[in-house]
Amino acid sequence: MKARITVTLKTGVLDPQGKAIQGALGSLGFDGVEDVRQGKLIEIELAEQDPDRARESLDAMCQKLLANTVIENYRIELA
Amino acid sequence: MKSAVVVFPGINRERDMAHALELVSGTKPHMIWHAETELPDVDVVAVPGGFSYGDYLRCGAIAARAPIMEAVRRHAEAGRHVIGVCNGFQILTEAGLLPGVLMRNASLKFACKVVRLRVENAETAFSSAYEAGAVIRTPIAHGEGNYFADPETLARLEGEGRVVFRYCDEAGASTMAADPNGSVNHIAGITNARGNVLGMMPHPENFVEPIQGSTDGRGIFESLVRSVAVAA
Repeated sequence: MKARITVTLKTGVLDPQGKAIQGALGSLGFDGVEDVRQGKLIEIELAEQDPDRARESLDAMCQKLLANTVIENYRIELA
Repeated sequence: MKSAVVVFPGINRERDMAHALELVSGTKPHMIWHAETELPDVDVVAVPGGFSYGDYLRCGAIAARAPIMEAVRRHAEAGRHVIGVCNGFQILTEAGLLPGVLMRNASLKFACKVVRLRVENAETAFSSAYEAGAVIRTPIAHGEGNYFADPETLARLEGEGRVVFRYCDEAGASTMAADPNGSVNHIAGITNARGNVLGMMPHPENFVEPIQGSTDGRGIFESLVRSVAVAA
């Protein structure tokens, strides 16, 4: 089973990379870009076939290592 | 004072740290590989700077889950001293031994220069050799030293005197211009609630003898030696 985990900075946490991308888009002439947030995409392949158990295990992975919940949110999608 | 320096793959300041510890304490530190699960009987554990595991995922994140870190945690829980510098500070926050997190510098630039720090609390095990309010010079070299903590944690740190070092200018004033990374409240170094774990972004181990240009960082190691001697 394949899973896709998206890790993003929480709202209100300064994202300097997002700001730099926003600046670059502006200088390329893309008007009206109001905000840019950059995150991480982690793809994981699991032997587990049961979606509930897979989600539980992925959640533990996010809590323990993949995200720093002080500043980051994460979203799990199963393929 | 007996000490150990924890070595992770990608760390590059471990010998600087060992040199400073030996110079000031007179005892050669043990070098402990990250895959070990036990520490020797030491007073102080140092987590040095560098780029553990290439800073992959988040700086310090993978090192914080290395086998040796359980032993470092037990060492801290026993009330013994832990000092983390630069990547070491990042590792200690990721391990939950210190609150908050180190984010990308607000400037997005890697900062490598000498900065000034004000000693905010001279009554810790890591700062007693300084006068309160003293302004010291220390080198920095980091891309992710932007300290962040939620408002509640920050209030607790400030209220409990756990902010030990703050970036400042020559006159001792903390300003945005004197802050190399955008840290909240210009924080450069903090302790845990018990006061036996210190994390700081600047490198005091690189300013311990005249040949390095300054001895301003020596006080941190002298404070530790003094504190360990008092506890013994």
